Amino acid sequence: MKIKKYIYKYPILFAGIMVLVTPLLFSAIGMIIIDTSTAEPLSVQSRSAPSLDLPFGSDLHGRNLFAAIVKGIPMTLYVGFLAGSIGLGIGVVLGFLTGYIGGRFDTIIRIVTDSLMTIPSIAVMVVLAISIEENITLNQMALVISSLSWMGPTRVIRAQVLTLKERPFIEVCRLSGMNTFEIIFQEILPNMLPFLAASFTGAVTGSILASVGLEAIGLGPMSEPTMGMTLYWAITFSALIAGMWWWWLPPIIIIVIIFCGLYLIAAGLDKIANPRLEGPQA
Amino acid sequence: MSLNFILKRLIIFIFIIAIASSVNFFIPKVVSDVDPVSIRMMEIANQGGVYDESMQAVAAEYFKQFGLDQPLWKQYLRHLVDTFTFDLGVSFTYYPSSVLGMIMDALPWTFGLLIVSTLFSFLIGGVLGALLGWPYAPRSMRFTVPPLFIFSAIPYYMLGLLLIYIFAYIFKIFPTGGGYTIGEVFNFGFSRMINIMYHAILPGISIVIAELGIRSLVTRGMILSLYGEDYIKLAEAKGLPANRVFIWYGLRNTLLPQFTILALHLGHVASGALLVEIIFGYPGLGALLRDSVTAFDYPVIYGIVFVLILGIAMATLVLDFIYPKIDPRISYED
Repeated sequence: MKIKKYIYKYPILFAGIMVLVTPLLFSAIGMIIIDTSTAEPLSVQSRSAPSLDLPFGSDLHGRNLFAAIVKGIPMTLYVGFLAGSIGLGIGVVLGFLTGYIGGRFDTIIRIVTDSLMTIPSIAVMVVLAISIEENITLNQMALVISSLSWMGPTRVIRAQVLTLKERPFIEVCRLSGMNTFEIIFQEILPNMLPFLAASFTGAVTGSILASVGLEAIGLGPMSEPTMGMTLYWAITFSALIAGMWWWWLPPIIIIVIIFCGLYLIAAGLDKIANPRLEGPQA
Repeated sequence: MSLNFILKRLIIFIFIIAIASSVNFFIPKVVSDVDPVSIRMMEIANQGGVYDESMQAVAAEYFKQFGLDQPLWKQYLRHLVDTFTFDLGVSFTYYPSSVLGMIMDALPWTFGLLIVSTLFSFLIGGVLGALLGWPYAPRSMRFTVPPLFIFSAIPYYMLGLLLIYIFAYIFKIFPTGGGYTIGEVFNFGFSRMINIMYHAILPGISIVIAELGIRSLVTRGMILSLYGEDYIKLAEAKGLPANRVFIWYGLRNTLLPQFTILALHLGHVASGALLVEIIFGYPGLGALLRDSVTAFDYPVIYGIVFVLILGIAMATLVLDFIYPKIDPRISYED
């Protein structure tokens, strides 16, 4: 019953979670009913349009695109969540340090974050990705992306820490003899959970966006069927002009669903974090 | 504008440029230990017809030419001097054409596409978003909110793919890609301009639509908070027509914050535009980047990365400096 109450209270957040879980469910069911090894090239008749046997058809090289999508969904999400978690982790540490220590350290970190935020991140990621000699793996890609995804969380968390630490209840904690660590972990962190969740969602969204972008340029894991790589092959072999819509449309739809889910979650969390946000009154 | 602010802003600018010029030097050195000369040698050896002894001599000559036998700090200094004099080297693939020349050929395309589509999304998104937040807007306007949410969630280039498929493959109204009709002879003038614009429409639209979502949602939020302000209440209490309050008291005040957002998002917009160019085969920096990545043309890649970061940093700097000029409330006095 408690869960039902929460659903009524935060419908947008719940809808977002449902939307985000849909592709995962799809992938899980797909993995049961289909042999994912057909996601490799030369495993089925190439260039076939969608049919009962091949629900999403096959591409120029004889990949079973249904298998590729089923196998690729968790990979795309994995890169996004891994890079997002690393980004948020760095953001939490730096945000708390700058918010708490302040002074010159704060100024330096702030200048670094502000300047890095204006840099087109794709530029730095391209240099990182082409420097990795062998075919880049999913984990390496997540690392490359997270190197430039920590600035947003750092800023948000720093601002929150700055306002929270001046609140009377923190003052009371300090006076009652709690040390800084206790205050951070027992008082400030729990109060920041909605903000942390919101900036985590933001970081994941940015990371998936970045990973698909890198893959579209041709810097992704060549042998893995992530959404971005499927798109890359489709663009490289002009699936658009060949009229093979079943090649490029499913990855796009999946990515759009993922982004919509993340967006709804962010909007839902925003409502929890800033309850004063409302629509037009009239 | 205080001297303090200008100084602070210039320090950030120099810092960004330092990153831009160091990224290309240090990242490849840190991430991978393989020197480019041996890769090059291997490529040459693969083409066949070479002797082993002469290879060694060629490799040594390469090392001397590119200063790779010098200590690291000397190499770095040389790299900095080269970068700041815009000596970006020569392309591997199109040897000996200079990287700077190739970038300069591509830059106007990217620049034009970016400026025009940013302007459009700025105008349309601003007005649309303001209308969405306006209490007296027609109710039917509300139905445009969900699509806008979706648009703001979709990456630019995906929209580009859909647009190509619908308008270039099914209906054949627009070209599938490229910046102009290849092989056609132009007399420099009107017909060429029309042709270029015609090719820019689809990529432009895909950037505008994707930007529209974010821009209008932000403006909507601003208008919503503006309508709680006292001066709006006063204007309404004076009995001014609702339209007038909306345009001169509401919309007008949302324009300035949009500049800040523009400055913050410039990098993001540029990254997206590069990908749109790749999808459309538009002859700008994006397509050049993709071609160089495919061909492992490192000097060109490094050149594009440097020019990109430099360009965005300069644009942000300019925006920051003109900001207090257009908004008298901001003085940057600490």
